[in-house]
Amino acid sequence: MELKELYQEIILDHGKNPRNLRKTENFNKDAKGHNPLCGDKVHIYLKLDENKKVQDISFEGQGCAISMASASIMTDLVKGKEEYEVKEIVKDFLEMIKEKDQLNNKILEENEKTKLMCLSGVKKYPMRVKCATLSWHTLTSAIDNTQEEINSEKID
Amino acid sequence: MNIENIKKQFPIFNNKVHNNDLVYLDSANSSQKPQVVVDRIYDFYTKEFSNVGRSVHYLAVAATNLYEETRSLVQKYINAKDPNEIVFTKGATEAINLVANTFGEKFLKEGDEIILTELEHHSNYVPWHYLRRSKGVQIKFAEINSEGEISLESIEKLITSKTKMIAITHLSNVTGAILPIKEITQLAHSKNIPVLIDGCQGAPHLKLDMQEIGCDFYAISCHKMYGPTGLGILYAKKKWLEALPPYQGGGGMISEVKKDGITFGDLPNKYEAGTMATAQVIAFAESIKFLNQIGIKNIEKHESELTKYGEEVLRKNNSVKLVGSPKNKGSVLSFTLDGIHAHDIATILDEDGVAIRAGHHCCQILHDKLGLSATARASLGVYNTKDDIDKLNESINKCKKIFDR
Repeated sequence: MELKELYQEIILDHGKNPRNLRKTENFNKDAKGHNPLCGDKVHIYLKLDENKKVQDISFEGQGCAISMASASIMTDLVKGKEEYEVKEIVKDFLEMIKEKDQLNNKILEENEKTKLMCLSGVKKYPMRVKCATLSWHTLTSAIDNTQEEINSEKID
Repeated sequence: MNIENIKKQFPIFNNKVHNNDLVYLDSANSSQKPQVVVDRIYDFYTKEFSNVGRSVHYLAVAATNLYEETRSLVQKYINAKDPNEIVFTKGATEAINLVANTFGEKFLKEGDEIILTELEHHSNYVPWHYLRRSKGVQIKFAEINSEGEISLESIEKLITSKTKMIAITHLSNVTGAILPIKEITQLAHSKNIPVLIDGCQGAPHLKLDMQEIGCDFYAISCHKMYGPTGLGILYAKKKWLEALPPYQGGGGMISEVKKDGITFGDLPNKYEAGTMATAQVIAFAESIKFLNQIGIKNIEKHESELTKYGEEVLRKNNSVKLVGSPKNKGSVLSFTLDGIHAHDIATILDEDGVAIRAGHHCCQILHDKLGLSATARASLGVYNTKDDIDKLNESINKCKKIFDR
């Protein structure tokens, strides 16, 4: 049943008890994201060390189970990664959600990829894809320091 | 009144959604269309099409007569004094923009005040916000009470000598509160303030009598009234339509055009520039006839019983919290479920063929006030039954099952 694919246990777990739902102290990069259609909001805080490695990442916001779980899993997976690696993971995830069947990056472990693939159920629900991708686009904006609020309606 | 027979007139219900019968509970967003309306659009395009009000050939004359026939039908349906008080627009949004724009241009200056309510849909706030920006007018919001209602007093206490317009909804698309629009209009008129009613949710469900209500402007959305999309109606008292400047410029709305000046046409053409949504206007006559055939009093009774039943069923369900509990309530049931976001509810319900809306329903001011980022909303139409409410309730219970596992 498709609903079970969308609302897998891991999604419900992260949706109900999001990891890293807080504000990083002494963050050095951040960005906000907003879905004007449904009102979902996210604020990502990033602390990179001198070697551009993610020392800490956190988020604040509110939204549906999919958007909260997506932000939660994302923050868990990119912690400790180098900035360029984070960018590659984001790109890979967004491509997977849009068209590919699998994740191709060589940075994440297999079990980490399996965890992330739990979000792929959203592909059957076109109206919900933006719920899953908002925090990822916002992370990109934080890394690039664009200082621009991500608006899910302005991203394809 | 046999709902099964009424439902049979709506071809959409012959279709399955995810292999389930469609339980359509999103009529506050847009209603479904009866076969007569669909057929009328087809027939007009296949047998009778022409532009209206321009040419003198057979088809043009016939189309013009049909177009004006709808205007008369609408006039009678809402008991306006004069058919020229009915202006066709592309939607209720354009109707409100028309008033805000022309009234603002002619009558408003910096420091003037407009009273809205916290219940307003964005379409009855954003057009006035433009005037805040361009003219420096102030906008005041009458506050809701704990039931999600607007009282006469909440408006009265905002009125000052600078109040130039009161623009309020007839029926809240979130709490379902029906506003005392007649009393508010009387109060406003005692202080020489005109009143605009956003009738998007009122018109499809309640008996309308413009002369009894006495309001200056009333905006209607035809696609929420079992009619076609792309069409709205502005009712405005003749004195306003004569006093206000034209809204858009173009063909059909002029009297004389010279290189050094233009004079504008008479009502209602003055406000209907360019080729209008001709087929939609003509098909909307069938929506009015459909409503007349059932009788608005019967519709009111059926929907009010159904709303009460819905409130009862959802109140009994411990996980559901209804949003607002107005005494005088229209057919809207907004709710939240503990620990489950409205969008997740809507996705799970959809799997069962239950169509609801989730989000802020274009009412961010109200959701901020209620401290909710989103709500789920089931809204009723003439084709809904108690069975639909029971199915809604079953699917809500399924949400709990999925999320509690």
